[in-house]
Amino acid sequence: MSQTVSIVIVSHSADVARGAAAMVREMVGEEVAVAWCGGNPEGGLGTDVARIRDAIDEVYNERGVAVLVDLGGAETNSEMAIEMMPDERQGKIEICDAPIVEGAVMAAVEAAGGGDLAGVRAAAEELSA
Amino acid sequence: MTLPKLRLKGEALMSADLIGELIDRTVEAITTNAGELTELDQAIGDGDHGINMKRGFDAIAAQKADLQELGLWPALQKSGMTMVMKVGGASGPLYGSLFMAMAKAEGSPVERVRAGFEAVKSRGKSDVGAKTMLDVLGPVTEALEAGADLAEVREIAAAALAATKEMKATKGRASFLGERSIGHLDPGARSTQLLVKTICEILEERS
Repeated sequence: MSQTVSIVIVSHSADVARGAAAMVREMVGEEVAVAWCGGNPEGGLGTDVARIRDAIDEVYNERGVAVLVDLGGAETNSEMAIEMMPDERQGKIEICDAPIVEGAVMAAVEAAGGGDLAGVRAAAEELSA
Repeated sequence: MTLPKLRLKGEALMSADLIGELIDRTVEAITTNAGELTELDQAIGDGDHGINMKRGFDAIAAQKADLQELGLWPALQKSGMTMVMKVGGASGPLYGSLFMAMAKAEGSPVERVRAGFEAVKSRGKSDVGAKTMLDVLGPVTEALEAGADLAEVREIAAAALAATKEMKATKGRASFLGERSIGHLDPGARSTQLLVKTICEILEERS
């Protein structure tokens, strides 16, 4: 089986991130790699650059990674995490401007169908168009 | 230009004593005002600015001895990375970018402040006028470039902070509140003003 674009879900809440990832699994299946993280470095609400980076690393492949985020700091911290990646990977990791749960499901559906990173991102972002 | 008053040259740049005082007093300023930052953020944001800033500055304080062994700018670089990694909210990358861009920039302290301001704009995809920390950082940068002395910079920062009260937020969590963000000081502008005030006071005492 050829690889698909992977999905990373970054929420302020670990419960939200875990739940969104579970929905993707349930609705799209196992062929798309999904990683998630949520919570600040102390485990409260927030996001953690190091764990975002680890989540991206966990599912990174050459097709690319679409990152779904919830609020403010999740996006800023995800950008920071992407910038810590090796240069050759940075262009293959994109943050989608989309609602986190619906965006993750739509992105995963597109990825499962063989879509490239631009297509996966567009599928997620259609929701906020 | 009144820059020489900053005396951030040569020995001062390498001064473990200056680095130590900057850490002690900025941590104190953030800690003392963490409750107020949180209250401001509860009014228009998600209510975590005080605790996030405190978490970041406490982590910097924990590295004080190591930071003091570095020069001022490498210490600021490392502090910026600490903010990025420890804060958990948007203020981490924003202040982290500010510190790291200032540390990496070549040139005078004022040129470093300009580089930091530009980095925050770029990181936050924002600009002055959107009710953010940039509304303090921008006027401070311009004042420094115009040759203002440290007391003037403090006053400009305080006036710039006050001006955020009537602004409408268009960036960040506060933007969800739209018109309702009007009437509250911006918490990020407040934390920036606190840091500017504290740093100016330290440098004034040393000049």
